Amino acid sequence: MSYTSLLVLLLPEVMVTAGALVVLAMDLGSLRREANATRHVTLAWVSTAFCLAAVFCLIAFGRPVRMDSSMLVLDRLSLLMKLAMLALTVMTVWMTSGTHFTRHVGEYYAILLLATVGMMFLVSTEHLLMIFVALELLSLSLYILTAFDKSDVRAAEAGLKYFLFGGMAAAFTLFGLSLVYGLSGQLSLAGVAAHLGHGAASPLLLVALVMALVGFGFKVAAAPFHLWAPDTYQGAPLPTAAFVASGSKVASFFILAKVVMLGFASAAGDGGYGAFVAGWIPLVAVAAALSVILGNLAALAQSSVRRLLAYSAVAQAGYILVGLAGNSPAGMASVLYYAVTYALTIMGAFGVVGWVQAQTGRDDMAAFAGLSRRAPVISFCMLIFLLSLAGIPPLAGFFGKFYLFTAALEGSQGNLGLLWLVILAVAMSAVSLYYYLKILKQIYVVETPAIAGAGEVPPALPVIIGITAATVIVFGCLPGLLLDRLLPAVRAAGL
Amino acid sequence: MLAWTLYSSFLGVLVLMFMRSTSAVGARKVALFTTLAGTVFALGGVQQLDPGGEVTVVTRIAWVPALGIDFFLGADGISATLVLLTSLASVVGVLFSWNIEHRAREFFAFYLALIGGVYGVFLSFDLFLLFVFYEIAIIPKYFIIAIWGSTRKEYGAMKLALYSFVGSAMVLVGLIGAYVLAGSATFNLLELARHDYPMSFQVWAFPMVFVGFTILAGLWPFHTWAPTGHVAAPTAASMLLAGVVMKLGAYGGLRVAMTLFPQGLDYWRDIVAVLAVIGIVYGAMVALTQRDFKFVIGYSSVSHMGFVLLGLMTLSEVGLSGAVLQMFSHGVIAGLLFAVVGRMVYDRTHTRVLSELEVMRLGRALPFAGSTFVVAGLASMGMPGFSGFVAELKILIGAWQTFPTLAVLAGLGILIGVAYTLRVIQKGFFSGLTQESPPDAAGTAATLEPITVPERVGAVLLIGASLAVGLYPRLLLDWIVPSLNSPLFSRIWSQGGM
Repeated sequence: MSYTSLLVLLLPEVMVTAGALVVLAMDLGSLRREANATRHVTLAWVSTAFCLAAVFCLIAFGRPVRMDSSMLVLDRLSLLMKLAMLALTVMTVWMTSGTHFTRHVGEYYAILLLATVGMMFLVSTEHLLMIFVALELLSLSLYILTAFDKSDVRAAEAGLKYFLFGGMAAAFTLFGLSLVYGLSGQLSLAGVAAHLGHGAASPLLLVALVMALVGFGFKVAAAPFHLWAPDTYQGAPLPTAAFVASGSKVASFFILAKVVMLGFASAAGDGGYGAFVAGWIPLVAVAAALSVILGNLAALAQSSVRRLLAYSAVAQAGYILVGLAGNSPAGMASVLYYAVTYALTIMGAFGVVGWVQAQTGRDDMAAFAGLSRRAPVISFCMLIFLLSLAGIPPLAGFFGKFYLFTAALEGSQGNLGLLWLVILAVAMSAVSLYYYLKILKQIYVVETPAIAGAGEVPPALPVIIGITAATVIVFGCLPGLLLDRLLPAVRAAGL
Repeated sequence: MLAWTLYSSFLGVLVLMFMRSTSAVGARKVALFTTLAGTVFALGGVQQLDPGGEVTVVTRIAWVPALGIDFFLGADGISATLVLLTSLASVVGVLFSWNIEHRAREFFAFYLALIGGVYGVFLSFDLFLLFVFYEIAIIPKYFIIAIWGSTRKEYGAMKLALYSFVGSAMVLVGLIGAYVLAGSATFNLLELARHDYPMSFQVWAFPMVFVGFTILAGLWPFHTWAPTGHVAAPTAASMLLAGVVMKLGAYGGLRVAMTLFPQGLDYWRDIVAVLAVIGIVYGAMVALTQRDFKFVIGYSSVSHMGFVLLGLMTLSEVGLSGAVLQMFSHGVIAGLLFAVVGRMVYDRTHTRVLSELEVMRLGRALPFAGSTFVVAGLASMGMPGFSGFVAELKILIGAWQTFPTLAVLAGLGILIGVAYTLRVIQKGFFSGLTQESPPDAAGTAATLEPITVPERVGAVLLIGASLAVGLYPRLLLDWIVPSLNSPLFSRIWSQGGM
């Protein structure tokens, strides 16, 4: 493949990278003396423009390509994922615009865009090295974004924790992948799968599997690798937290599913009750079980809404892993459906938290008291987000959970082997209603606002909240809109 | 046309959400108009049903074709009965919330959302859709109780929400299992009800789904949400909880659990029947000792719903038709009892403690409330002429054929029912009327606001409905019995040996 055709294929990524550079140059050059607000608005528009250009390139020039080495695999599925990621990035960009946590405006947008490039590469490769490099590009950018608020000691703590845990997890993954390479001599997922063959998985392969999954488990904040999440969600600047919770999570789930379903296809194993066979399914099932239990129970005790959302994110990761354990095209589709709609929901929820935080300077539950009196529309949107997270119909979170659990039961060929996991997850989601209702109680039932909010709210925030709330309702009422695109794409991708 | 019952309710929610004025009067009118429209649609719609008892398809559109989910609304005689009950209860509920001034717009929005969800459950013949509506009904209940309730309202509201949600979670697991085992092709209830599930699955799926649903019907020992929820709820909400929401549970148990898993039903039948009778007797005995007027009615609901569950377990035509009739009857009568206690008495006296009400001599101060409660109490006791008599008689006949001992015990429950009803009638309204009135009590009586017109209309409607069905039960039985003999239920009869 010539470099020119490669460049055309990679135009979306090139566009976003160019966007990062332009943003950086503009901020260092012409915008240097401007007021903070002007810099934010200008750079946000520039970033958006480059993201839209990337969307255009995706739709106009995107065509299915699979390089022989699997370094670059472009298909409808990766296209859909990239569209979702660019949308989430644009939302994050506008969530940043109008905030005051940093003077280094240009750098923030630039690194955000670089993280997006990392995510885009992550979803368009089936090559172990590329996966690792893209993952690191994403992770390193996120570490910086987390610690970006230099005046806030909590942000520094969050960044450091995130970095130390992340570095450790990455080391595990790299070690695992190197074992895989040593066993199979292959770096492409298909090659690995073909070389490992069928039959019982060797002990060394299982070690490699566990090692590799540590890193991915860390990225998706599944227990027991979730320890960074509460601090990051609470301490990081709000747009970073929203981005870590949404875009980064979608990309990580996508690649996790791809690695296990394609690369470790021969070492699937069985997680059925009483029918246990070692492989990745039992590993994923155990991580799922731990996540739904730990996440939901820990969330019960939180008073900070951002921390609560972090623990709920651990639980949500658990639900997604339940679907992944189904190990079927429907399972993959359910994972992606849930990850995307969850990302939109949590983006909106963080938007509301940001709105409240901008007004009152706090993020604990009491700051939400009487919100429905102050801001009925914002409150209604929060109602939508939280009920969707709890899995109440007709919202996206309900259909998503339903589909995940269905896929998990379907995956075990008519003997309902994963029933134990589904029952656990459903039971724990009943627990989750309690803490979501606790927030909603503050918003709707408590009547006197504890604090009169007067702070300045980023102007784009209500728009983002409105758009995400609308999509959560639409995808919930008409799941087919997303599903009818995802399912064929998943099947075409051979998952 | 039946589908418009639920569309109109949700339209009403939208109108209230986007209404500019914040006046309570406007919100009330919208709510009354919406529920009246629902009644018209319900009355018109049931005329179009198949009198032979087959399921009439109202609307059927592919919703999520990839999973075989349809937007499938339909109705048979059982749905029709409960839709009519819902429409009646919704109108009367609005009439008895006429005095709500505080955040009235939101109140009626939640109220109509709840009504819409309830209509949806009764009309859905796609299990996914049914489940969606079942869960839609949970959240409005929480907010109505937590915001407008009284007496430990947040506790009662959260308890109810969590019980409902746990129940629906159990249902969900069973439904997904049934869907997957039947080949992941459809959620259509009529088709799934023809699938033969292996016994090993039915044995746990039946209790999972049945109990999941009947938690809401107050199945002992999962009934504890009912008294606290009813007591905490504002009047209209207790009326709907007892009148309609508890029926959701019984309906789900009959429509879903029993038709899908007949062998599981057979396996668990005796145990459920025993639990139902425990509920009847226990609810009645606890009601006998309550100090709070509303708790009496709350526990009596548990007791009366026990009859519904017992009727379902008889697996005979007379018992099942009695159970469905009892759903209607209890909906009307409990609604009336809660209306008297919550709206007519509590909103005026601000107490529900029987010993405090005793000295107020409400029989004289609020004669309309007193006589309404006497009528409602008689109906609740099972006085011939009212709907409760026919329904409970049929259930007892059915139970006598299958569980003679339990039938005797259930009869004992009726006897205790007479006792606690007479006790509250006496304490609540007619205590000390023969003595000279103490001066302060006369003062209290004078300040009590007289019974308003909406309250009178609502009470008359409910009494009229109970009398009509009691005097001429074929009004509903002509719908119910043919439906029970339709193919959908045929597998149940084979278990009952009929």
